[in-house]
Amino acid sequence: MNQETKKAGWWSALWRPSVRYSVFSLLFIGFVIGVMFWGGFNTAMEATNQESFCISCHEMEENVYKEYKNTIHYSNRTGVRATCPDCHVPKEWTHKMIRKIKASNELWHKALGSISTPEKFEAKRLELAQNVWRTMKETDSRECRNCHSFDSMDYTKQARRAIQQHTEGFDAGQTCIDCHKGIAHSLPDMHDVDPSAVIGG
Amino acid sequence: MKHLLRWVAVTLCCVLGHSVMAEEVASLRGGTNINDPSLPAEIIRWQPESAPLPRDYVQQPPLIPHKIEGYQINLNANKCLTCHSWANYKKANATKISPTHFRGRDGIELANVSARRYFCTQCHVPQANTQPLVGNSFESVELLQPR
Repeated sequence: MNQETKKAGWWSALWRPSVRYSVFSLLFIGFVIGVMFWGGFNTAMEATNQESFCISCHEMEENVYKEYKNTIHYSNRTGVRATCPDCHVPKEWTHKMIRKIKASNELWHKALGSISTPEKFEAKRLELAQNVWRTMKETDSRECRNCHSFDSMDYTKQARRAIQQHTEGFDAGQTCIDCHKGIAHSLPDMHDVDPSAVIGG
Repeated sequence: MKHLLRWVAVTLCCVLGHSVMAEEVASLRGGTNINDPSLPAEIIRWQPESAPLPRDYVQQPPLIPHKIEGYQINLNANKCLTCHSWANYKKANATKISPTHFRGRDGIELANVSARRYFCTQCHVPQANTQPLVGNSFESVELLQPR
């Protein structure tokens, strides 16, 4: 070996054609590593998409999860349940990845302890709720519509006022979250949102 | 001697009073022993949404003709007012709250619903078909009876 090759070291070795292994064995090894990587990635991704993962933080378990347990999305006559990720994590891959990356901000605030006590959480509730409302408005309530598609709604089976509200609302280009706020968690201080529906206005 | 008599009287009262009370007063879970499981509460089936229900006398707080399970009424928000407030009733096609609800306890008219009228379910209640707890011969006032 001459001096030049020695200097380049292992890095340039990676760029030289292999003299020992056949193309097939290299492809096979690459394939196996690829499957392991992708499988591991998806398994880890699915693990963070479980309700048990969400409520492994006391911030979630003590506040929003407790409130959600009293609502129809947790318990109802037909036994269909929508868990945290059903509403808060997009199903489609690209949107899901974007949401997962954005969630790193939540880890940062977990480390800061931004909502580590009920009092801190209550102080931030409006801001947090408005973040979710804004996202849902932007996506036309995409996560709601995974189950509640208005194309499959039979208006004639709905209550008197629901028929009117749904037909008029959809015609006006409104989306689920425009009316259905606070259905799975308690409402924040609504003074700034609807002063006519709060004490003291 | 006088002292002793008084003690006897007090003790007798306590013993007798206690035995009388034990027979007549039952806790909310009835006479069930503390270690035994009590009977489950009756399942209440709320009346489905309907047109406004008739009143039995003029001053009666109107009944709620729909389910209100899970409605939040606290310092943060009042779910009822998101449809029944003066700002929202037209859009929601709902009954608006009466102007009497804007009068404070000192008789001053306020811009928003008064704190003493804020907790809707103190007077307004949804309906369910249940057995009356006690007998009742009440009849609505004549003028409001259906003809």
